[in-house]
Amino acid sequence: MNTRRTIKVDSLARVEGEGALSVRIRGDRVVDVQLKIFEPPRFFEALLRGRAYREAPDMTARICGICPVAYQMSAVHAMEDACGIRVDGPLRALRRLLYCGEWIASHTLHVYMLHAPDFLGYADAIQMARDLPEVVQRGLQLKKVGNAIVALLGGREIHPINVRVGGFYKVPTRRDLAPLAERLTWARAAALETVRWVATLSYPKFEQDYEFVALRHPNEYPFNEGRLVSNKGLDIAIHEYETHVVEAHVAHSHALQAVLKDRGAYLVGPLARYNLNFDRLSPLAQEAARQAGLGPVCRNPFQSILVRSVEILYACDEALRLLASYEPPEHPAVALVPRAATGYGCTEAPRGLLYHRYTLDEAGTILDAKIVPPTSQNQKRIEQDLAHFVAQALALPQEQLTWQCEQVIRNYDPCISCATHFLRLHVAREDA
Amino acid sequence: MTAPPSPLLRPPRVLVLGVGHACRGDDAVGLVVAQRLQEAPLDGVTVTPTAGEGTALLALWHDTDAVVLVDAMCAGARPGTLRRFAVGTEPLPALCSGVSTHAFGVAEAIALARALRQLPPVLVVYGVEGETFETGAGLSAAVAAVVPQVVAQVRQEVLTLTARSTLHDLPPAGHAPSAR
Repeated sequence: MNTRRTIKVDSLARVEGEGALSVRIRGDRVVDVQLKIFEPPRFFEALLRGRAYREAPDMTARICGICPVAYQMSAVHAMEDACGIRVDGPLRALRRLLYCGEWIASHTLHVYMLHAPDFLGYADAIQMARDLPEVVQRGLQLKKVGNAIVALLGGREIHPINVRVGGFYKVPTRRDLAPLAERLTWARAAALETVRWVATLSYPKFEQDYEFVALRHPNEYPFNEGRLVSNKGLDIAIHEYETHVVEAHVAHSHALQAVLKDRGAYLVGPLARYNLNFDRLSPLAQEAARQAGLGPVCRNPFQSILVRSVEILYACDEALRLLASYEPPEHPAVALVPRAATGYGCTEAPRGLLYHRYTLDEAGTILDAKIVPPTSQNQKRIEQDLAHFVAQALALPQEQLTWQCEQVIRNYDPCISCATHFLRLHVAREDA
Repeated sequence: MTAPPSPLLRPPRVLVLGVGHACRGDDAVGLVVAQRLQEAPLDGVTVTPTAGEGTALLALWHDTDAVVLVDAMCAGARPGTLRRFAVGTEPLPALCSGVSTHAFGVAEAIALARALRQLPPVLVVYGVEGETFETGAGLSAAVAAVVPQVVAQVRQEVLTLTARSTLHDLPPAGHAPSAR
């Protein structure tokens, strides 16, 4: 019999923002997948026009409460690119340290509170906490260490206020940073425990031939700088992004979908960074990944939780390294004079590449702005994962299939608030 | 494992949390109440405005003896309606902070803290029914009008709490400590 089914989730849980999923199945064929993002558009790019260049980091930080540092970092790098300056030395190190804090907090929230319950059959972290209180407790403490870094360098945990174009408003002394070292030493051990714990979860067998896109830096695991590379030959400078990536509007989503020209969907985020930069991870993170059963390449999106936990470990390790070598800079920021130019910035938000482009006039007023968040870039790829996953999982009972579809989406830790600038799921199987 | 109730050998640590978002209409009511309370500080009482992210709330009330939390709610009541919940003796109805798109808010923080046995010994939630949560709207007239009453009631609540030598005799649920 030719059967039609619909998988429908009207409000996706444990994702940031409002969205829904609809999958239509006819017989053994998936006929349509739509990741619908109905979080209202927020028009940030238009809001930025007419504002001063120095306002961009604080304004764009408001796009997201989870990854404000990413917005600040992409904004300051784009502005510095426009003004022709470079920020190096201790200021650059402090930016990396701040980013470590955001990765630790954001990834830990996702691993423990949003994603792990999927693998263990809990509806949410609250139910998980009843059975595994010490695990959830560890997650909460680990996240707090990430928040503490952001609070110390950024002035507060959410929407930090201490970042400026050229550097910071105020920089810490070695003594200011000292209490962080002890907490990070605990956090690094907790992160290692996290990798070991996550490695005990069982993952659905599912691999895809992705085009991974991430920053690649000559000698660092990427946060702020590098070239944009892929496993399929892309190797471009940040300013070439828009000649290779096109954004398209689709009727079912308020977020634009980004694709690579003539190539299609691509994947950004922890899996992409890991696959393209395994050799740049610290020895401790590499060793933990190997012991967890991860090779240098991972194509199973369900294992993104494991890769995310390796990145938490890396961020703790890197933060400790940065703390140990920190010497306060002479000035909290590099002086700059705005000029009429266009600047480009691309940094690695916890969820993947975050691209900013600004055109300024000679007084530094923003004439034009473009922001491409990670979830816009992953949207098309999430739909493809769903189509392929559902096709091989049709035998599953409806309830389980629906659950696993949600899990496919959560593999990406999508931030729908970012992409539009909440999630519902609909899987339809209907009789013909 | 649970120690028997014992008298406190020091003044209780009382924390008032004003939860909300300054730019989302009536969602700001918790912040406004916190600000008013800060204008006339009370001994032994910390007043903290917060966005109300769940894991941050757990961290904030760690190591406190009593917490009074003020937040906007949308429970379908008349705008400006004030309700008091003694958490621990009654389940918290779905409070709505209006704007949070994040997966983890006040209600989830309370449920998680309960699961982890990390609820403060006393947790009282004041919910103010909001009318509008529009961006940039400011407080509605109905909510602005109830602010003095919320401030007075929270102040009375913390005075009662700080005067106590033991925190195991909460007033009955839903019973405000001051006359309305």
